[in-house]
Amino acid sequence: MKKRPTVGEILQAKGVSRRGFLKYCATTASILALPPSMIPRIAEAIENTRRQSVIWLSFQECTGCTESLTRSASPTVEGLIFDAISLDYHHTLQAAAGDQAEAARHAAMEENEGEYLVLVDGSIPLGNLGFSTIAGMSNIEMLKETVAGAAAVVAIGSCAAFGGIPGADPNPTGAVSVMDLVTEKPVINVPGCPPIPMVMTAVLTHFLTFGTIPDLDKHGRPMTFYGTTIHDRCYRRPFYEQGKFAETFDDEGAKAGWCLYKLGCKGPTTYNACATAKWNNGTSFPIEAGHPCLGCSEPNFWDGGGFYEPLSTGQFDSGTKLAGAAAAGVALGVAAAAAGRAKQAKFTKEG
Amino acid sequence: MTTQQETQAPAFPFHGNVRPVINEVLHAVDRLLETSEATTIDLASLPFGPGELEHLEATLGKGELSAKLDALGTSRIRETAFPGVWWLEHRNAHDEVVGRYLEITRTPEILSSQDADIIAGRARLEDQFK
Repeated sequence: MKKRPTVGEILQAKGVSRRGFLKYCATTASILALPPSMIPRIAEAIENTRRQSVIWLSFQECTGCTESLTRSASPTVEGLIFDAISLDYHHTLQAAAGDQAEAARHAAMEENEGEYLVLVDGSIPLGNLGFSTIAGMSNIEMLKETVAGAAAVVAIGSCAAFGGIPGADPNPTGAVSVMDLVTEKPVINVPGCPPIPMVMTAVLTHFLTFGTIPDLDKHGRPMTFYGTTIHDRCYRRPFYEQGKFAETFDDEGAKAGWCLYKLGCKGPTTYNACATAKWNNGTSFPIEAGHPCLGCSEPNFWDGGGFYEPLSTGQFDSGTKLAGAAAAGVALGVAAAAAGRAKQAKFTKEG
Repeated sequence: MTTQQETQAPAFPFHGNVRPVINEVLHAVDRLLETSEATTIDLASLPFGPGELEHLEATLGKGELSAKLDALGTSRIRETAFPGVWWLEHRNAHDEVVGRYLEITRTPEILSSQDADIIAGRARLEDQFK
């Protein structure tokens, strides 16, 4: 097997100074949400890590996840591809096609047996294997063949992680998630519709840096990015505590940037990093643009009730009571959020 | 007659996300003075509403010293109007912001010449005059 260069060797060959490298490590610590005190350890690990072979499989998906990844600014996807990973197979991004592309996948699997990462976007149809095929292979056949020699699998996007929109009721293709099929290898779920670019690259960076799987929650999501709710870190949270809610999309409350809870915001039950990582290179996120969170990183979000229905529907019988309850204090607010979570858990269980 | 407090614009007119950062900076400055312990605050990890980050930057102001680093994109390192409190902004090769930090320290580490670069530089200098 050809010995791949370390990332340190690659950067050195490019004439990147130690100062530049420290900057790279500082931004890496930031995207991994690690304390700056970890920078020396990150520097040491990155310097000695070898380029990681990555095989990306696309099944029942819309290519939104790839679109999102290619807009990653920290680090840029080009940076990742050329410096730290070897993207050996990706339908959309690779130049090769047909037999040549499949040969590249097989070569990467053979050369990096037991060490390569498989990234999957899209769900896998089991209703009729002919619903989605690549190079004459069904999706499940290609997944199982590719995963057999992998170190780990990363399910990119809500379709791969939980079935997503293809799996929504009535699930016409019999779509299932990666973790429904892959049980012998570690699976990291990176849900979102699409996931935040930085979160995708950060998961890869974590694996490259430490050679380990990050800590995961009960849905297989990295705790670093899915450990707190959107609501927990929302800049509009102070208005929730004060009981100040937008009642419609064009009222004074909406114009003043008040909380969107009553307009159906799923922030209190949605675990993701949008409120701090933000989108479009840190420009904003849906709530900042005036729209409630849809909860797209949660299982079965498409079937979880109306997007514009407050989580507390059924807990409070009128908007007045809801406002009064929120104004009464944080404790009750937390209770309402907990009730919302229980409601979502019910959907998840039934879904 | 107005008091000094009344003549000031509302200190934090937005969503209340700037004041906690200022409090954190104050605590970090105390630590720096008492134990010389440096602190880095990663601004990307904190919630800010529209305009609040700019408000924080304006509140901290500009001090006597600023530096520009050209390595994997541009970085700007600037002491704020409050000595020991530094504003760092890293950009990538496409001039996109990839990190913003407040460093509460006497000199940010990235300004110091690094041993690996010093060794490489010495070798280059020696080679030039061989």
